[in-house]
Amino acid sequence: MDCVQEYIELFENNRTLIDGPCCKKLNEEREKAFVRFKTEGFPGLKDENWRHTNVAKKFATNFGMDLGRKSATSNIKGSFTCDVPNLKTYKGYVLNDNFVADENNRLLPEGVIIGSINEIAALHPELIGKHYNSLAEKGDSTVQFNTSFAQECMVLYVPKNVVIEETVQIIALLQTNVEILTNRRLLVIMEENSHASLLLCDHSATERESLSTSVTEIFIGRGASLNLYELEETTDSNTRLGNLFVRQEHDSRFNHCNITLTNGFTRNYVEVVLDGEGAETNINGLAIGDKMQHIDNRTLVDHRKGHCTSNELYKYILDENSTGVFSGKMLIRTVAQQTVSQQTNRNLCLTSCAHMYAQPQLEIYADDVKCSHGSTVGQLDENALFYMQQRGIPAEEARHLLMYAFAGEVIDNIKLEALRERLHILVEKRFRGELNHCKGCNLCK
Amino acid sequence: MENLLEIRNLHATIDGKEILKGINLTVKAGEVHAIMGPNGSGKSTLSNVLVGHPAYTVTEGEIIYKGKNLLELAPEDRSHEGLFLSFQYPVEIPGVSITNFMRAAINAKREYLGQEPMNATEFLKMMREKRALVNLDSKLANRSVNEGFSGGEKKRNEIFQMAMLEPTLSILDETDSGLDIDALRIVAEGVNKLKRDDTSSLVITHYQRLLDYIKPDIVHILYNGKIVKTAGPELVMELEERGYDWIKNEN
Repeated sequence: MDCVQEYIELFENNRTLIDGPCCKKLNEEREKAFVRFKTEGFPGLKDENWRHTNVAKKFATNFGMDLGRKSATSNIKGSFTCDVPNLKTYKGYVLNDNFVADENNRLLPEGVIIGSINEIAALHPELIGKHYNSLAEKGDSTVQFNTSFAQECMVLYVPKNVVIEETVQIIALLQTNVEILTNRRLLVIMEENSHASLLLCDHSATERESLSTSVTEIFIGRGASLNLYELEETTDSNTRLGNLFVRQEHDSRFNHCNITLTNGFTRNYVEVVLDGEGAETNINGLAIGDKMQHIDNRTLVDHRKGHCTSNELYKYILDENSTGVFSGKMLIRTVAQQTVSQQTNRNLCLTSCAHMYAQPQLEIYADDVKCSHGSTVGQLDENALFYMQQRGIPAEEARHLLMYAFAGEVIDNIKLEALRERLHILVEKRFRGELNHCKGCNLCK
Repeated sequence: MENLLEIRNLHATIDGKEILKGINLTVKAGEVHAIMGPNGSGKSTLSNVLVGHPAYTVTEGEIIYKGKNLLELAPEDRSHEGLFLSFQYPVEIPGVSITNFMRAAINAKREYLGQEPMNATEFLKMMREKRALVNLDSKLANRSVNEGFSGGEKKRNEIFQMAMLEPTLSILDETDSGLDIDALRIVAEGVNKLKRDDTSSLVITHYQRLLDYIKPDIVHILYNGKIVKTAGPELVMELEERGYDWIKNEN
């Protein structure tokens, strides 16, 4: 029996247990999503979008799922603070795939809602009904898998004209003694002219085989802006399937930076729909791989309206036997005149065993646009290395300086100074081999 | 005066092709040597071999520097021992600021010499002083090494680094190339200000122009991988008048 069939049976045999703690909306969407998963199964290597990332194989492990919501009662707050020096944050925790509120939180501005969808849906059924799964609905079968099994969704709602000064930090942690599969959801709704910064930390404190799917849906209203920083610090035994769907309205702004600092097997999908004139999106990514790590980033920026701007910068540094995949598509639809769009992908392969697959794509149907893209794969500049050695900088140190400089371009795009400083230090440590494993939380050390 | 550098019967190849075919050269402490010669004679190869460029292979001969076998030292250790090359084509290093670059270089040298790292105040003061020596704009110090620099700025940056590292033996490889007359004067004045009684220089150049400013004690002509003529400064004038053809004909 293949693993798709096992998951189908798991779902069908445990439907009452799965539905039990969930709000109506979750269960309605689950119903539809499961029909699609049942038909499509997991994508194979013949699927163009998954050519270099064999995800079906990852699902074949005999994982446990916390369908009975046992870890919901655990407390991780005391042992896991994940503080960034000099950065005040409002914190929320996700343990495995359960939302854990932090009672010590400072007050948020009036009207801001943060919490579990299963509680919020009762108070604001329209808000949840309108937004949940509306962007992810058309996602691929791994997204449908997540929607089928997700029992929890963390919600952040920011009302009109409200500015959250403090960064909202959501810390996801895997803590388990068994092989585990988790399904995480996040829903962010930014009303007109609101502003927030969101930091998502993905940690793992287990050496056990684990797989987490996550689906994040973000709605950015007219004139609103959101900074989203995602940092993965997991282990060799972790598989992450991240899906991010963003819809932007008129004059909204979205800044995204996704950093894979340590991982096992990662696939991140980012889809940004520019659905209002004057919207701007900046999506950045940094992937650092060594050992047998696998990092696949796939992005789609969909220009559906005119006068929008998109900038994309993805960089990979691949050492030892690691593999990187980048596939970035910019779609400029017929009506999207006066689009300014730029995509850059630069990759370093430090050994002859490291592999990079890069596929930049431009699809332009409008005739009055300014678009460019570029992708390179190369090694560290031998001339620069020698120049530095001649000045007395030891070869190893020179390599680190060049790698650090290469990565710095992405980190410098981060607008929160305290986080930027912290990441500079973390990346430098990573290159020096001081971050081989995530022992708890590197951000707080 | 004691010998700072002794090159004996040096043969070197690149990609299997022999470029240096038995160089003999002795530099004493305090001397300025000029090495001149037509294009392709091996001038740049000699400077690259001295600083340990990995593309070149020494097939025969030896180099004794400060009484040590230079060929056994890693490039960074040659630097720590006071060997400096002003590159003919300085390399651009995007993302590495001159400040960070120099701090890494200075502290690596201090570590080699068993000294504590330099503190920030002391380091910045030193940067300011040395920058003034070659009129290097303070704005450049925060920029990436050589990135987007003009030809003149790159060469001034080389001499600035030389001032920071205070080498015992500096090799100036075609430092005059690509410089207008004002830039040339600034660079040459910088080199002259750095000159001490116990430091030596090898000035590699194609033209006499630079030697109007940096006065050599001894002039060598390198041709076809060998030093074919050694004389005093008057040789520079002779070359200027007669060109290199008579050298080629004699050899």
